[in-house]
Amino acid sequence: MDILYKIFIEPFVFMGEAPDLLIQTLWEGLVSGVLYALIALGFVLIFKASGVFNFAQGIMVVFAALTLVGLYEKGVPAFLALILAALAMLVLAVVVERVVLRPLVNQPDIILFMATFGLTYFLIGFGELIFGGNPKEMITSALLLPQGTTELDMLGGMVRFQHLDIAAAVIASIMIGLLAVFFSKTRIGRALRAVADSHKAALSVGISLNQIWVIVWFAAGIVALVAGIMWGARSGVSFSLQIIALKALPVLILGGFTSIPGAIIGGLIIGVGEKIGEFYWGPLVGGGVETWLAYVIALLFLLYRPQGLFGEKIIERI
Amino acid sequence: MSFRKLGLGLAAATMLAGMALPAFAQDSVYVPLFTYRTGPFAGSGTPIADGMHDYLRMLNERDGGIGGVKLVLEECETGYDTKKGVECYESVKGKNPVVVNPWSTGITLPLIPRASVDKIPILSMAYGLSASARGDIFPWVFNPPATYWDGLSMIVKYIGEKEGGIDKLKGKKIGFLHLDASFGKEPIPLLQELSKELGFEVALYPVAAQDMQNQSSQWLSARRDRPDYMIMWGWGSMNGAAVKEAVRSGYPMDKFYSVWWPGEDDARSGGAGAKGFKMLNWHAVGTNFPAIQDIQKHVVDKGLSKAPKDKVGELLYNRGIYNSLLIAEGIAQAQKLSGKKAVTGEDVRRGMENIKLDPARLKELGLEGFTDQLALSCADHNGHRAAFMQEWDGTKWVKISNPIEPMTDRVKGQLDAAAKDYAEKNAGWPKRTEACDKAS
Repeated sequence: MDILYKIFIEPFVFMGEAPDLLIQTLWEGLVSGVLYALIALGFVLIFKASGVFNFAQGIMVVFAALTLVGLYEKGVPAFLALILAALAMLVLAVVVERVVLRPLVNQPDIILFMATFGLTYFLIGFGELIFGGNPKEMITSALLLPQGTTELDMLGGMVRFQHLDIAAAVIASIMIGLLAVFFSKTRIGRALRAVADSHKAALSVGISLNQIWVIVWFAAGIVALVAGIMWGARSGVSFSLQIIALKALPVLILGGFTSIPGAIIGGLIIGVGEKIGEFYWGPLVGGGVETWLAYVIALLFLLYRPQGLFGEKIIERI
Repeated sequence: MSFRKLGLGLAAATMLAGMALPAFAQDSVYVPLFTYRTGPFAGSGTPIADGMHDYLRMLNERDGGIGGVKLVLEECETGYDTKKGVECYESVKGKNPVVVNPWSTGITLPLIPRASVDKIPILSMAYGLSASARGDIFPWVFNPPATYWDGLSMIVKYIGEKEGGIDKLKGKKIGFLHLDASFGKEPIPLLQELSKELGFEVALYPVAAQDMQNQSSQWLSARRDRPDYMIMWGWGSMNGAAVKEAVRSGYPMDKFYSVWWPGEDDARSGGAGAKGFKMLNWHAVGTNFPAIQDIQKHVVDKGLSKAPKDKVGELLYNRGIYNSLLIAEGIAQAQKLSGKKAVTGEDVRRGMENIKLDPARLKELGLEGFTDQLALSCADHNGHRAAFMQEWDGTKWVKISNPIEPMTDRVKGQLDAAAKDYAEKNAGWPKRTEACDKAS
């Protein structure tokens, strides 16, 4: 009975007793969720356009952030370094299209997936060669990102809001909104959706696959740069950031691999779910549930919606 | 080319190689350095690797090696990955290494049973299996100058003194933020034992390797549990992220303690809010020592080091120097005891049991005042030396305590029991047959 009480009653009693901590946990979960969504978005963009699950998205986050910080350390002004880092992601997109995607066109998806594995390890080695393996500090103040904390007395306690977290949530939301508009309202966006539906049909109406791939990889690179700045500002820029990117996997399972709204909602559910789970139920098993809880949540959703929350239902004629 | 010529060529090459090998063995001592300059733990691994390499390289450049023999230095990148570390060990063991430094508790553990078989001493300096301090049970493993259990007992003792006496810890709550790996879990049995004995409560906050830079949950939990003190057992990017999160969550930094692994960069990452963060240490920082100035002159200034000039003398760089100081002393003592110049792993094992770093010897080595004295013996492979507490003042570490002796009375029984338990659980664990030197 005691264990049932601890699982089903005690956490909710505690939520009622300390609502400030509940708000704080929800806020932390939302911030993490928005950042997960941002990383997941990079995966979705590439998957939509080419059907490839880009395993290299995580290292692209690190690579973009390291390029920015590395250039700044070399004396390049912060905003010029930002532009140059974005250009580096464009160069990467062109190189990936030329060297990886184009020679492998029409190959099975698994071959392209494995190619992104190769790309990951290349970028790790290349990044370490250029920038070294030491963690670096994100140039938060040089980029004029806000710092400091607002402490609000509420619900009989205190809730802390980091200005950087607020900025991260706002910037990530704007970024997601812009991408959504870009892909639904612009000509390139429509072309991308056409490519996502059928490569052959898109080619038949004169859409250049190569051009679309470059645009999509560049967009994913920009998303990676923003995610790298935000995560880097929270916890430093190091190669272990690429592991956080794997948190996007349950987000994708949950939201669907092809849906931008799915990535956003999935990110928020996973972010909030894992923080609430760790905070209220983690102590029952000695903590550390956060690492696997996201996958449990995703798998539970899969039982009911195998295509994810917003994924396209695939009906195949047998 | 005819088969005859090819055969002759091969035979000549084999003869040359055969002639070259003994020359290599007679004129040099092979010291592999297991390092990690890549991956999530590179932030800690790189300065240590630089310090280790540069001290030994300085001996080569300045003195022509140790006792007239050059040291052959070779790094093997483990990435702090146990599997890769064991691969490194397998790749170097055929080259007659005189000592192996795994630089990871996870890598040390699988090497412990191999050491006695391969006759290669393992130096796990202030990390690894605490129980391996017992030289009678682990003759091939050395973990000076203090074990993790010693370190934990020092922090608890220091906190107790701050509270007005160790008995005042009763009813307090101590949070333990640790890497969820062999290294981070190593002191937990002692912490739980001390909590029973002294009456304080323990709250564990494990950090998985993949979440080292995503610790908001752990610090939220700390806010829920309100631990009176927080002790950290972290490594790599976990340390810097923890300092940042502690500042973010408003945890009082003067109540936040760490074992001896964070470096300046880790503390710096917390910004001005990191002031008051404390950690154990047992050696100096800075370059104000003749030996370190020799490193600058003979290695760094000549472009033979991978370390940026401004990193020489930082905490983890000097930690690497300390590690190599032990290697060098082990080799020097082995030469003295065996009468050989090109010593073997077996000789160095003996040499390490005879390490005596007293103030006179430290002065002779150009490291006067760098660290406390250390003497190892046949029975004691650790020394169980005191460490001191240092505090981050916003720009540098400042020593804030006298030497803190470990709580030997409380730790020794646990350590002996753990060593005995290890030998019993590993069926066929060999009884020590290596003779003890009189001096040790």
